[in-house]
Amino acid sequence: MSIVEVNNLSKTYPVAIKNPGLKGTISHFLNRQYRLIKAVEKISFSLNEGEIVGFLGPNGAGKTTTLKMLTGLIHPTDGTVRVAGYTPYKRQKSFLNKISLVMGQKQQLLWDLPALDSLKINAAIYNIPDKIFKTRLDELASMLSLEDQLNQPIRKLSLGQRMKAELLASLIHHPQILFLDEPTLGLDVNAQAAVRDFLRDYNSRYQATIILTSHYMADITALCRRILIINQGILIYDGPLDKLLKKFAAYRQVKIDLAVPLARDELEQYGEITSIEGKEVNFSIPFENLNQTITRMLEDLDILDFSVLSPPVEEVIRLLFTKGLL
Amino acid sequence: MLKIPYTLMVVYYAHMLEYRAEIFFWVLSGSLPIISMGVWMQAANNGFFSLSAVSFARYFFAVFQVRQFTNVWVIWEFEREVVEGTLSFRLLQPLDPAWHHVAKHLAEKLTRLPLAVILSIFFFWLYPQAMWLPNMTQIILAVFSVTLSFTLSFLIQYNFSMLAFWMEKATSVQLFWSMLQIFFSGIIAPLDVYPEAFREILMWTPFPYIVYFPSSILIGLDIQVEKGIAIMLFWILLCYTLNRWLWRKGLRNYSSMGA
Repeated sequence: MSIVEVNNLSKTYPVAIKNPGLKGTISHFLNRQYRLIKAVEKISFSLNEGEIVGFLGPNGAGKTTTLKMLTGLIHPTDGTVRVAGYTPYKRQKSFLNKISLVMGQKQQLLWDLPALDSLKINAAIYNIPDKIFKTRLDELASMLSLEDQLNQPIRKLSLGQRMKAELLASLIHHPQILFLDEPTLGLDVNAQAAVRDFLRDYNSRYQATIILTSHYMADITALCRRILIINQGILIYDGPLDKLLKKFAAYRQVKIDLAVPLARDELEQYGEITSIEGKEVNFSIPFENLNQTITRMLEDLDILDFSVLSPPVEEVIRLLFTKGLL
Repeated sequence: MLKIPYTLMVVYYAHMLEYRAEIFFWVLSGSLPIISMGVWMQAANNGFFSLSAVSFARYFFAVFQVRQFTNVWVIWEFEREVVEGTLSFRLLQPLDPAWHHVAKHLAEKLTRLPLAVILSIFFFWLYPQAMWLPNMTQIILAVFSVTLSFTLSFLIQYNFSMLAFWMEKATSVQLFWSMLQIFFSGIIAPLDVYPEAFREILMWTPFPYIVYFPSSILIGLDIQVEKGIAIMLFWILLCYTLNRWLWRKGLRNYSSMGA
C-alpha cells in the first residue's frame, strides 16, 4: 500500500541576481532582478509502507526541496503530493503526528539544557501520556545507547551523541514516516554506523517508512534497497540499488602499478583513465574488452602489479551524474 | 596598496545595500535626539511639570516594575529562526510556534520576579519619601493591565517579527518602533508632560498602554481606567487578527523562498 504518492511535482524559486562591483551593487539596489530556478521538475514516484528509500543526487539537485514538499514545509509550484493520505502543506495536526524530519545540519534540542527537557516538551506537544513516554524513552535510549547522556546539557555532548539525541527527540511520538536529510553528516565512522544500525532497527520494529538523503554511500548501501536519483531537479532513476550496480557491472576498474611513470597520452589507448597518481593508474574498462585490454597492457607495459575490481557505488553514481549512463 | 581597502569597502557596501528597506528604518531609529529635543523644549516652554517630585519618583519606579513584566524580545529569536531555517522544526510539530515564545517570555518574567522585589526594597530604602501602598483595587487593576500590556507588546512585536518572512532584517523596523515607544509610551517621561491635545490623540494609539497606563494605575494617577482597558482590548484584538493574517501570508512566502 502506497504511503507516499507524488505526481508531477515541481518547485520553482525566484533568486535575486547581482553583478559584482560597485556598478552591480548600485543597479542591484535600485532595480533588483530575479531569475527563476527550477529546483524540482515534474517528479513522480510512490513509496510503500515500511520501505527505506535512499534519495541521491549531487548538491543542489533538489533532494532537500523534495523532502520539504513531502513534509509540508514548502508548497509545490505544480503537481500533487499525498503523504499518509494527507496534503502535506495543509499541515493538519493529525498529519504532523505521523511524520518527523531530521536534518543533519540543524538541531531542535535546547542547547543549554539536557536532552530530557527537550524530550519532555515534545512529549507534551504530541500529547504522549507519562507512562507511554517513559516506556518509549527507555526503549529508544537503549536502542541508541544514550541512557547515560540524557541528563547532560546538549552542548556537552559529542556530535554523534547529539545526533542520537536529535533522533530520539524526533521519534518520541513514533512517527509513521521519517524523513532524514543527511543524518550522518560530519559524524565519525563509528557514530555513522550506530545511526545506521538504529534506523534499521527502528524500521524493522515499527514498520516505519524512511526516506533518507545522504552523501555517504555507506548509509545508502547499508539501509536502502531502493533508491531514487535526482539530478538538476529531474528524477533520473527509481529502482533497486542492485539493479543499478548490475548495469555498471559492464565496467571494471583496472588498477596498474607501473615500473616507470608514463604520460597520459601513452596510456589512453587502453581505455578510459579515471586517475593517475605517479606510477599508479586506474582505468574504467568495458567488461567485454577486459581480457583483451589486460593482455595488451601486460605485453606493452612494464607492470609491477595489477588488480581488477567492480566499481564502488560512489563511482557508479559519479558516472551516472557526469555521463548520464542510464 | 589601496586594493585591499577598496575591495573591502565595495564588498561591504554591497552587503549593506542588500538591506534596502531596513536602511530607511535604521536611519529613522537614529533620530531619537530630535524627538528628545521636542519633549524637553516643550517642558522648558511650560516651565512646570504637572507632577510633583515624589510623584515622579513613584512614576518611574512603577515604570521600572511594569517594564520588568512587559519587556518583549520575540523578534530577535523569530528572525533568527527564519534566517537559519530552524523554524522548520517548529512548523512540523502540532503546536503553533508562537506558544514556544509565549512560554519563554512568561518563564523569563517568573525569573525576574524575585529580582524585582529585591530592587523594590532597595529603591524604597534609597527614597523612603516615595513609599506608598496601593490599595487592593489598584493592585488588581494594575496586575490586569500589566497582563494586557504584555499581551499587547507581545502581539505588536510578533507582528513585526512576521516581516522576517519578507525582509532580511525585520529587527530594523522594530528598532524604529522602539524609539517611538520610548517617547510615546511614557518610558522617558510621563505623558502628563505633553500638551493636552497631543496627549488626547496619543491615548487612542497603543503606545500609552504599554507602560504609562499600567504605571499610572499602580501609583493612582487620575486616568480613565474603563476607557483605557477598552482601547487596549481593541488594539489586542486588532493585532491578533493582523497577526493571524500575516502568519498565513508569511508562511506562504517562507515556503516559496525555500523554508
